[in-house]
Amino acid sequence: MDLNELVQTSGEWLRGSGPESDIVISSRIRLARNLAEFPFISRASQADRTEIETLLRDRILQIQESGELEYVNVNELKGLDRQFLVERQLISREHADSEGARGVAIDRAEQVSLMINEEDHLRIQVMHSGLDLQTAWEQIDRIDTLIADQVTFAFHPKLGYLTACPTNVGTGVRVSVMLHLPALVLTRQIDKVFRSLQKISLAVRGLYGEGSQAMGDFYQISNQITLGKSEIDLVKQVGDIVPVLIEYERRARDFLVRESHENLHDKVSRAYGILRTAQQISSEETMHLLSSVRMGVNLGLITDLQIPTLNELFIHTQPAHLQKLRGIELDTADRNIERARYLRRHLNKEDGDGKN
Amino acid sequence: MKCQQCNKTATFHITELTKGKPQELHLCEEHARHYLTQSEEEPAVAPSLAGVLAHQLAVGQTAEELAKLDQRSCPVCGITFYEFRNQGRLGCPHDYVCFASELEPLIVNIHGETEHVGKRPAKYADGTEQRTQLIRLKREMQEAITEENYERASKLRDEIRSIEEASPKKKK
Repeated sequence: MDLNELVQTSGEWLRGSGPESDIVISSRIRLARNLAEFPFISRASQADRTEIETLLRDRILQIQESGELEYVNVNELKGLDRQFLVERQLISREHADSEGARGVAIDRAEQVSLMINEEDHLRIQVMHSGLDLQTAWEQIDRIDTLIADQVTFAFHPKLGYLTACPTNVGTGVRVSVMLHLPALVLTRQIDKVFRSLQKISLAVRGLYGEGSQAMGDFYQISNQITLGKSEIDLVKQVGDIVPVLIEYERRARDFLVRESHENLHDKVSRAYGILRTAQQISSEETMHLLSSVRMGVNLGLITDLQIPTLNELFIHTQPAHLQKLRGIELDTADRNIERARYLRRHLNKEDGDGKN
Repeated sequence: MKCQQCNKTATFHITELTKGKPQELHLCEEHARHYLTQSEEEPAVAPSLAGVLAHQLAVGQTAEELAKLDQRSCPVCGITFYEFRNQGRLGCPHDYVCFASELEPLIVNIHGETEHVGKRPAKYADGTEQRTQLIRLKREMQEAITEENYERASKLRDEIRSIEEASPKKKK
């Protein structure tokens, strides 16, 4: 697969469409699977890893589902390209940073990604734009069944699918929804919300999963438990809480518009102003300001920008994307200059819709 | 309206329900921020695997018992319980069988349940333990060949073949 072709687009998770897409960025489900006749990754020899990769790659590329899959040998990729796939959410940071035989199969639409030799032998991921867990589950269920026909997944009659870490045993399913919650952050209610989520065994993570910061007010909500509940119930558990969070966020936005309109309008306009004029800007500041602008667009305070354009800026200003778009590797200082230039170019267009 | 705590304009109007009694607060942004963040305890952290393990092992086990447990190893992949405790990752599917009694309280702690109720693969719905034994058999066959114990190697080879050729049981 030619990664350079992907650079021009923004990928599925930031497509900016689908139900409730002003607040729900994307819906994602992943399944952890292992082959029964190999040790888990931590005890696998280099030979085992190569054998696992060859076997899974061959079987996976045969399945007919969701368009043609293309294989990327992650072990042979340059650091920049691995980082690019992480920003794209097609591989995990752990997968990018580890060593040895490993790869990922991706479909053109970037909805499906199958990581080989991550923490488990196989991690299947399906991602849809907006709030769309049900369809995502149906799709990943079909893919899993097709692969299970070709290989033997480690399975225990009582414990279910066996995984390298006991936190994933049973269904091996992680259902997550990425939300943009700037108003809950601004009104300082976000911690309260998260504490109540943790009480009902839902995990909250930042943009790029485990241990990552909540950059740009993006948060991922996912199930903590994987055993003793069916996949459908786990999908429902996460799916049921999302409308509640959407309602909280909308109420917080209404509150800000009603009670603090000048402050809000000022904040949003300043953010827009900085993004349009800055000469050097970090990735972190960009995310922070784009988040304000995104809310401003959703609330009608900014009218000359479209959400898909904004989403594209979120992804294109990430370090690896920026360098891939520019076509050369840049150090941090040069990236900050290039990022500012990119933002000015895309936010100061006459027509403002960002279409080329 | 002025902020109740300073002279700035109150932009945040908060109604707190304490014991069913509404209490009105009018605050400027700065004091509202202060008010909303003060009463909040540290966010509850989800129990980490290492934490759960440490806690679980500290309860009701002497140092001697612990040391003994740590040395136990899986006959299939060779991982010791100590190594698992350290890395938080298991070595092979058989670990769930050979460390079953040690893992059960941990699994209960994480999931609150011990039985899978979701999807089952169409083949091998009764479990894949036998196929996992292939890891051990293949290793033992290699060892037998290295030791030039060909009789044992050929016996192991037959055993491996019979497992590989066994048709999986279909889901009832």
